[in-house]
Amino acid sequence: MAIVDPSGVGKTLLLRAIAGLDPIQAGEIIFQRQSLSSLSMPRYRAQVFYLHQQPALLEGTVEFNLQQVYRLTLHNQKAYNQAQILSYLSSLQRDVEFLSRSVEDLSGGEVQIVACLRALQLAPQVLLLDEPTASMDEATAQQIEALIVQWQQADSLRSCIWTSHNASQLQRVTEHQLILKATP
Amino acid sequence: MDQNYIPIDNIQLALASTLILINLGLSVTLQLGLVKSLGLATLRMVVQLLLVGYILGWVFALDNPWLVLLVALVMSAIAGNASVSLTRRRFLHIYWHSLLSILASSALVTGLLVEGVLRIDPWYDPQYVIPLLGMVLGNTLTGTSLALDRFMEDLVGRRSQIESLLALGATRWEAAHETVKEALRTGMIPTISMMVVGLVSLPGMMTGQILGGVNPTDAVRYQIVIFFTISAGTALACMGIVLLAFVVLFSPDHQLRLDRLQKRES
Repeated sequence: MAIVDPSGVGKTLLLRAIAGLDPIQAGEIIFQRQSLSSLSMPRYRAQVFYLHQQPALLEGTVEFNLQQVYRLTLHNQKAYNQAQILSYLSSLQRDVEFLSRSVEDLSGGEVQIVACLRALQLAPQVLLLDEPTASMDEATAQQIEALIVQWQQADSLRSCIWTSHNASQLQRVTEHQLILKATP
Repeated sequence: MDQNYIPIDNIQLALASTLILINLGLSVTLQLGLVKSLGLATLRMVVQLLLVGYILGWVFALDNPWLVLLVALVMSAIAGNASVSLTRRRFLHIYWHSLLSILASSALVTGLLVEGVLRIDPWYDPQYVIPLLGMVLGNTLTGTSLALDRFMEDLVGRRSQIESLLALGATRWEAAHETVKEALRTGMIPTISMMVVGLVSLPGMMTGQILGGVNPTDAVRYQIVIFFTISAGTALACMGIVLLAFVVLFSPDHQLRLDRLQKRES
């Protein structure tokens, strides 16, 4: 599903609210027939990932960032799978050398790639994507799109909410559109 | 009690105060513009200290446990207030949180020192309790204000890092862990460096005791005991204030609530 927000009235706020990062003033979020208020927030967020427009990485190498999430209690029964990451990277035309790069040397687009891989490797159920390819060139953006589509097709229950300024991208990757309008 | 130190009378005090003329003279010749603030600070310091001297003399003479407790409480309240006033951001009840952590930690370590180690009789003997508590409070105050300030600034500065951890399913504690650690480290730095400097400048309390005629080896023992007490008190208070701030600024729903943090109007 796409969220289209031509006038900038708050798609980011909406995504943050769905991710449970901000308290909501009214209404209720239902996930798998349960109200968000009755779910454990970290457990919910471990299935519903929010990808920030300008993701923040930890100081260190790319691989360190990918490994670090497995130290969180909710993911520590899973193990870091370098082979999987390498297959992701090869479809992005990048090799093993990318893993040892320091995050300070990455471009904005590459930071988005790392954040995206960090999320995909954990196989979430829902992805909330806030302009996930905004800093990438067109070719890389399409490769990331392909990865996300591949992730989604692996399980029919998986879904993602996508925002973008690129209308043709939204046409390609989404089936429904939700258009936000400012109330006059 | 035989008096083996030289008391300072009013004339000698006035004589010493001429030393401040050096500062004033420098400020005037170099146009540092410090005359007014320097004068004010000097006056304030003299009045405050003389007043404290009189109040303590009175407390010592009355020798009443309630009075000692009252003075201790007032001292803690001033420290709790000063600790917050040095930080750059505010949240609701920040003063109470600060007072609570400083009061609890200082009371605990000073209590242990007075009752458990020194075994003072009676326990409230103001000659020991007040100066010991004062030293613990002074250091706790520096530590907590550094730790609290660092914690709040880091939360703002590292917000997106913390939130991306939260968004990946981290608990609030996992997401804040680095920030908490950094804040505690910052709060402990003055205490740790203070223990290192012993050779460069003789610590204040030791100097005071030596001037008062105490045998240097005895004064050193007091100083060592006080160092341990101060580091325990500072560590506890920093932990207390950072954890209380953590509970306020991270909701039970594992949200970082920076909307509860306001920048102080200067």
